[in-house]
Amino acid sequence: MLVVAFVSFSLFNFVGDPINNMVGEETSDEERAELRETLGLTDPIYVQFTRFVGNAAKGNFGISYQLKRPVSELISERLPATIELVLISALIALVSGTLLGVYTGINRKGFLSDIILAISLLGVSLPTFVIGILFIYLFAVILGILPSFGRGEVVSLGYWTTGFLTLSGLKAIILPSVTLSLFQMTYIIRLVRAEMMEILQTDYIKFARARGISEKSIHYKHALKNGLIPVITIAGINIGTLIAFSIITETVFQWPGMGFLFIQAVQFVDIPIMSAYLVFIAFVFVMINFIVDILYYFIDPRIRVKAEAVSG
Amino acid sequence: MTFLKINNLSVNYEMRRETVYAAKKVNINVERGEILGLVGESGSGKSTVGNAIINLIDEPGKVSGGSIILDGTDIYENPDNILKLRGKKIGLIFQDPQTSLNPILTIGEQLIETIQTHLKLNTEEAKNKAINLLNEVGIKDAETRFNNYPHQFSGGMRQRVVISLALCCEPELLIADEPTTALDVSIQSQILDLIKRLTKERNLAVILITHDMGVISETTSRVAVMKNGDLVEIGPTKEILTKPKEIYTKALVSSVPPTNKKIDRFKIIEKENKTQGETNIKILNRWTKKDIIDQDLVKVKNLCKTFDDNFFTESTKNSVMAVDDVSFNIKEGESFGLVGESGSGKSTIAKMIVNLYSPSAGDIDFDNVCITKIKSNKEMMKFRKQIQMIFQDPYSSLNGRLKVKDIVSEPIKLHNPSISSKDIDSYIYDLLESVELTQQSAERYPHEFSGGQRQRISIARALATQPRLLVCDEPTSALDVSIQAQILNLLKDLQEQLNLTILFISHDLPVVRQMCDRIAVLKNGKLCEISKTEELFKNPSHDYTKELLTLMPKIESIYN
Repeated sequence: MLVVAFVSFSLFNFVGDPINNMVGEETSDEERAELRETLGLTDPIYVQFTRFVGNAAKGNFGISYQLKRPVSELISERLPATIELVLISALIALVSGTLLGVYTGINRKGFLSDIILAISLLGVSLPTFVIGILFIYLFAVILGILPSFGRGEVVSLGYWTTGFLTLSGLKAIILPSVTLSLFQMTYIIRLVRAEMMEILQTDYIKFARARGISEKSIHYKHALKNGLIPVITIAGINIGTLIAFSIITETVFQWPGMGFLFIQAVQFVDIPIMSAYLVFIAFVFVMINFIVDILYYFIDPRIRVKAEAVSG
Repeated sequence: MTFLKINNLSVNYEMRRETVYAAKKVNINVERGEILGLVGESGSGKSTVGNAIINLIDEPGKVSGGSIILDGTDIYENPDNILKLRGKKIGLIFQDPQTSLNPILTIGEQLIETIQTHLKLNTEEAKNKAINLLNEVGIKDAETRFNNYPHQFSGGMRQRVVISLALCCEPELLIADEPTTALDVSIQSQILDLIKRLTKERNLAVILITHDMGVISETTSRVAVMKNGDLVEIGPTKEILTKPKEIYTKALVSSVPPTNKKIDRFKIIEKENKTQGETNIKILNRWTKKDIIDQDLVKVKNLCKTFDDNFFTESTKNSVMAVDDVSFNIKEGESFGLVGESGSGKSTIAKMIVNLYSPSAGDIDFDNVCITKIKSNKEMMKFRKQIQMIFQDPYSSLNGRLKVKDIVSEPIKLHNPSISSKDIDSYIYDLLESVELTQQSAERYPHEFSGGQRQRISIARALATQPRLLVCDEPTSALDVSIQAQILNLLKDLQEQLNLTILFISHDLPVVRQMCDRIAVLKNGKLCEISKTEELFKNPSHDYTKELLTLMPKIESIYN
């Protein structure tokens, strides 16, 4: 985390003079120096960095150069949109990816499996923005059933604004989340399929068959549970990637989330927002990995027992 | 009426290029209450027959002819038939208890699921039944262990769980496919006793598939011998083992190391045309043969090795004493045996002698120099050249991406960088011929060879540096008996001709008896006793040795 904080901090500190972007042409040199002083830009680098980390820990990332509002406020405003988008698309990717993966893993030679796999190949190879634009063209322009941009109407619940409670909000989230999830979904399909095929060859599956356990139980109880262990690792890492990918999707769909904010910030060299975004993404990655490790503990009894042995 | 009738069973594997006939018109009958042994070497089709009965032949295998009739039901008449029989009427036990249980379900969950699939019991009743079963197969504390996961059990205990799973719905036919091959002798005898007891109590019909003639002679009443998919011979065990009619059976029986006496060489019937004594050890001319001096070549003094479980904290709580204060000497020119069950520390000692592990305490002297204290690599190389090792698994101990030529020449070049490539070639050819491989093998890759041939390549590689001490860590345990006999004969010849000193590590007592002059018995890292081979087998002084000797399955027991 500290490393990322330093990188994001130093990277942006050497890119251009923020003051030039903030103030107008006719500002005097004294005024510039004054502003510089108040923003603490005259201090040595290490002082600035310590301050940056200290403030970041308190959730204070400074003031946006462009919008002249605290970054933390901007982020918390945009956060719900991104979180909702990522959550929905992760859900779509996991659920449908696992289901289709199991199906193709079991019916290896079926016609439907071939089609699913062919489509999944497309999903892996087509860039997200192309898919997004295709979706907009198809569902918004030709069919006209789904909105092409924005979040629709949102309901504010204190700190959180949600699009889940209105029809237009729900409609608006379909296209971006499906677009975002497609890549992950195809990835998970292929992973689950490979895992299922491998596990169905193992001795314990053969032994379960020899005991007369039903095929349904073999597939879903014995095989899938074992197969999900590596899937969770990959999926965990990929949820982080989803947030990263959401930059593109949010731009395509004009989704008022953090990725969109970031793109706007990049255009104006708005350093506090950019560094805050990077630190935030790093934080999310670390958290997700942490959660995945904890999930392991519940899913894989082998780890559980080892942990008990060490602590006990 | 015959309980199980296998009629002209044929199983084919349709491969891309060829069809492999894994079973060819096999006829076997099994009655209730009897244990039928099914023996054969790897690839003989014995497991295929077992799998065919329960209709679980691996892809792309198919039953291409014949029928299997179990208690009046033709298994292949209707594909649904077997679904009603699996688990309910036929139980199956696999070889490896490590892999036949689902690692993420507790054994209780697996038992209850199986019971409820076949019997109409509620969860409480199924649980009671499962706990009774676990008690019956000899798992202590069944009620608490019920909620444990498979990895919390030892190998022998897992196999008991597997047996309880196979028996939980009271099948009438039990197919045991190498049920004890992966286990130590003491556990093996317990498991076999358990199977025998259950056969009697429940009037089971049992098919015991194994390659171990000792197991066959101690447990089965009838035996069927298979080779390359053919049923060679079937009959009462005693008759087959004592008066085999077919040549193949004779060869198979004679290559089993006898447990009751020491023989000079194993009889290898298939290769009888080669005149005895005409050994073909070409390497002899190049060998700078050292005369055997009456001295101790290897002196192991108070050797200890601990493995710390935890990398960060050196707590003594989790550390394992793999080798605990072991001392012995190996005389120059002798074969010294190191015997013990898994976890006894025998391989750890071997690895310390070849300096792959460094001991936690104690010294190893080689030729009166303490090799454990040598620090410089250069100094060590002198000794590495003189000590070579042959590993257990011939499949993983050869680099699959190198030609045999490169595998064998690597140690030569390492210890003699100035050797010309022409000399190397002729040296390699001599080495290969000494281990009875052709010169052409030099240009081939390891995967083109069988297990026995690979082990020969390993031996050639070990001999390349002209070592004085050869450490053999279970060199034949992955091989079939007839191949084992050949390899052991080869090792004996080489030792005699080249004045080699051999440290022979094995869990297989009959093999050790044939190979070694003196034997050390290890248990849990501690040395139990060292004595001359014949003395050890006739008058073992330590209780553990006595126990091992009584438990070892003896092919001769058929005479009693």
